[in-house]
Amino acid sequence: MAIIRDMIPAFELFQPTTVEDALALMAEHGEAGWVLAGGLDSYDWFKDRIKRPEAVIDLGGIDELNGISDGQDGLEIGAMTTLTEIVRHERVRSEYMLLADAAEHVATPQIRNQGTLGGNISQDTRCWYYRSGWACYRAGGNTCYAAAPQAMNREHAITGTSRCVAVNPSDTAPALVALDAKMTVRGRRSSSVYDAEDFFIGPATDITRMTILEAGDLLTQIDIPSEWANAHFYYEKVRDRGSWDFQLVSVAAAFKTSGNTIEDARIAVNGIAPFPVRLDAVERLVIGAAVDEALAVEAGEIAIDGSRPLKHNEYKQPMTSNLVRRAVRSVA
Amino acid sequence: MGEVESAGLLETKYSRRKFIKGVIAAGATASSAGYFIGGSGLLGAQAVPGAAERLITLTINGQQRRVDVLPNETLAMTLRYRLNLTGTKLGCDRAECGACTVLVDGVSQYGCSMLTNQVRGSSITTIEGLENPDTGELSPVQQAVIDEGGFQCAFCAPGFIMSMTAMVNENPNPTRAEAAHALSGNLCRCGDYDKILNCAMRAAELARSV
Repeated sequence: MAIIRDMIPAFELFQPTTVEDALALMAEHGEAGWVLAGGLDSYDWFKDRIKRPEAVIDLGGIDELNGISDGQDGLEIGAMTTLTEIVRHERVRSEYMLLADAAEHVATPQIRNQGTLGGNISQDTRCWYYRSGWACYRAGGNTCYAAAPQAMNREHAITGTSRCVAVNPSDTAPALVALDAKMTVRGRRSSSVYDAEDFFIGPATDITRMTILEAGDLLTQIDIPSEWANAHFYYEKVRDRGSWDFQLVSVAAAFKTSGNTIEDARIAVNGIAPFPVRLDAVERLVIGAAVDEALAVEAGEIAIDGSRPLKHNEYKQPMTSNLVRRAVRSVA
Repeated sequence: MGEVESAGLLETKYSRRKFIKGVIAAGATASSAGYFIGGSGLLGAQAVPGAAERLITLTINGQQRRVDVLPNETLAMTLRYRLNLTGTKLGCDRAECGACTVLVDGVSQYGCSMLTNQVRGSSITTIEGLENPDTGELSPVQQAVIDEGGFQCAFCAPGFIMSMTAMVNENPNPTRAEAAHALSGNLCRCGDYDKILNCAMRAAELARSV
């Protein structure tokens, strides 16, 4: 891709300074509107002319969406807080290093300086058939090009698929699932709080979106409860090159331990499904168990139960097993 | 085109460069017509209440610059084709190469992937703004690049130099691995990374001694 054609096609730009104004603008413009966070997902769509909004609503001027503060229970992170701010934040680093670690693995320094936590978890999939404007299921069409016999699907899903086999590209998403984060979503008339696990949805729920956010909804805040503060964390992302790349597979895990016994655990994997996958079965296996090599191996095997690779991504099964094995092994 | 900003002593020092720059500027005038003609339907249209303004003031390299920009215009486009600050390069235009790296309030960002209207209240630094405007003295990073001869074709150099500038401001005592991490948002297609890292380490050394 990456052909410099010329300017981004014309749109009207709105820069509201309050959430209320942003929601009103979103309601006014409906499907012709586009919400802009850091913009690093959006500009590619615009430049490639796959998405052509008439009105762009830039959230950059809304102060209440920006910054990290101490909440009643844990941390409250505004959706427009940049990834760099999260990486450098003292309390994130001291108590929730899993999130800082995941945020540090996003793309490049420049992108982390501009990209936001809300944007990182709300970004659309990078399946290139879909991104190139092919009329696939996700784009409203009636086929999946990535699962076709000739398809290049090395980066695609091995589980959680339903017609669409694209994966969630976010590095911070599995960390937020493992930390039991809560997402505050505001509409014009209501406000809801979702568990991170429920915020991300698969194609079986709605094939046209990756998150619970519907048109007119705005993700405003991500809360990190103190539940997992100072737990034992493990984060690892495998990618083709050392920067820029999205994950092939990544694992984010939090363990409460006593000696080498796991008392409680959250393990999430991304890059293998259209949403970050919480490995409930692995959690049930390891909770209450003393960590040894046999447990780590079994955890890795259970992690890929029921997964089904496409033509070119069979490697994701052993890769997922190995990452989960390493996560469990890290406790000992 | 607005008035052409003087690049300070650079232009008087390097007259050949000035000549080349003049030719490029003429070319840019012709080609920028192609860039902006698509948006000409908006020209002269009444501003919509609440919508972003067209005529804005930017703070670039310490100077206030009045400039007429489209809502859909990126900062790299404004710098290169409105303000003639062609030191900022467009490589991929997709936040995938780093050639367009500029500093926004001292923070490195990709000029190709932000709207000019988003940086109205910010202080922008481009490669043209690194030397001392009064004396023409090069910044420690620029001097380090000359000392180490760090680049081959050097198309990526302005972006790398901006990233190095951000790096030495934040961490003037980096290890080589930390420098590589700080520069991991810039690509060099000549594959000159080893020498570029020499530059970064030399730049940090010079910055520490200033």
